[in-house]
Amino acid sequence: MEKPIEPGKETKPEVQPEKEAADNKKLAELKQEALLEKQIKRRSFIAFGSFIVLGSAAFGGWKWLVNSDVETKTAATAGAKAPLRRALNQTELFFRRLFSNNHLVKTYPKEMAAKTVRVNGDVGMEPGFKPQDWKLQVFKGPADVLALTLQDIQALPKTELVFDFKCVEGWDQIQHWAGVKFSDFMAHYKLDKQAAMEYVGFATPDKKYYVGIDMPSALHPNTLLAYEMNDKPLPIDNGAPLRLIIPVKYGIKNLKRISTITFSNQRPPDYWAELGYDYYSGL
Amino acid sequence: MKKIVEKHSLAMRWFHWINFPVLFLMIWSGMLIYWGNDVYKVAIGDTVIFRFFPEGFYKFFNINHRLSEGMALHFLFMWFFFANGLLYVLYTLISGEWRELVPQKKSFKEAWLVLLHDLHIRKTAPPQNKYNAAQRIAYTSIIVMGFGSIITGLAIYKPVQFNWLCFLCGGYHLARILHFALTLGYVFFFLVHIIQVILAGWRNFQSVITGFEVVEDKPLTELAKEDGKTN
Repeated sequence: MEKPIEPGKETKPEVQPEKEAADNKKLAELKQEALLEKQIKRRSFIAFGSFIVLGSAAFGGWKWLVNSDVETKTAATAGAKAPLRRALNQTELFFRRLFSNNHLVKTYPKEMAAKTVRVNGDVGMEPGFKPQDWKLQVFKGPADVLALTLQDIQALPKTELVFDFKCVEGWDQIQHWAGVKFSDFMAHYKLDKQAAMEYVGFATPDKKYYVGIDMPSALHPNTLLAYEMNDKPLPIDNGAPLRLIIPVKYGIKNLKRISTITFSNQRPPDYWAELGYDYYSGL
Repeated sequence: MKKIVEKHSLAMRWFHWINFPVLFLMIWSGMLIYWGNDVYKVAIGDTVIFRFFPEGFYKFFNINHRLSEGMALHFLFMWFFFANGLLYVLYTLISGEWRELVPQKKSFKEAWLVLLHDLHIRKTAPPQNKYNAAQRIAYTSIIVMGFGSIITGLAIYKPVQFNWLCFLCGGYHLARILHFALTLGYVFFFLVHIIQVILAGWRNFQSVITGFEVVEDKPLTELAKEDGKTN
């Protein structure tokens, strides 16, 4: 809108208001630029500040984890950093919920099974062991031992399984095993009370190798007490006379040369879990 | 006159900077696991071209005999990797930012032009929005790869409980190889990403932290003059 020219102000030069307006505009622009500059500075400061603080906190968290103490040795586990052991146990609880007897291991035709079966460890396999003197000792209670011969076990229904055996190290091999299902074994000897407990423990005769298995995994239909490999009696290196074949676990839990079976509501000792590995090690 | 242009939303920046260390730890702990049975190699017939990894590599990074530690770390940080990835995907879907990220029909053709431009073979790059065609393909591929890592990872982690997943991945053995190959893919992505970020300069990099870029807002007349100069 045009302002009417006031008669009294006629003496002033006419360029003056225009120049003033231009100056004002420039001033406003400068002000705006300064404001913008301030805004850029403020936002950058907040962003970089938070980035550095949060980044340092994350790095501190990592340092804390790396430098945290190794867990206090329990009856069952040792060797892992305490927070990592807690994480492993929490993760176990989650994946236990997805466990089902309906989830079976993939099986293969017999022809695909390896002729040379990989032997990966000899802990608990001391020389001089005599399979003919062997007896399986099932501890139904502290002083209630069921002693069984291989013939007793072989009299039970035989189950064959050709599956991909998986080692915690990463290799896998298709292998052919046969034996009695652990669930059939428990049913036959009427170990219902024991089957209602939380865990089963297995150990070698020299007690140098031992594993603990949660009961659902032990009673899974793929779990065998195996006495045959490739249609022949177990070779000594593969765990004669009787070994555990548990496809829902890594190889570290597939104990060879079983001597004792125990039941408990607490985790039984476990050789590899005492060396920092996951107790559950479920597949 | 200068102008603030908003570039990356706060959520995007969080997802990006959480993913960076988490993915790094997943790769690191994955290597600790891989050492347990380091059998992968690139070979033609019986001629080994490259072995993952040479002996000196393990010694240099002190990787020997750390399988249990690697597994414990991997199975802890997998939760963060999964959660961050899932939230990121949900965020892009809900916010609509996926439109800037998903390749368009023309992207596959344009990506070549972008590549030629970046290699200084071609002078001009195709016009783009927030991301160019090559970026769209790269940033979408990395999400597909992340999904692949989760699927193959679960297939290896619980091959009996998720036996159908294991089957989909072509079996346990192949799932492991795919899981490993995807990791190589991340390393490749990372290298290209870092080079591009360095080439794009500080202003571009800082926008992933601050969220905005400061640009010179030139009047139209000046832009017209510049156009005249370059043509």
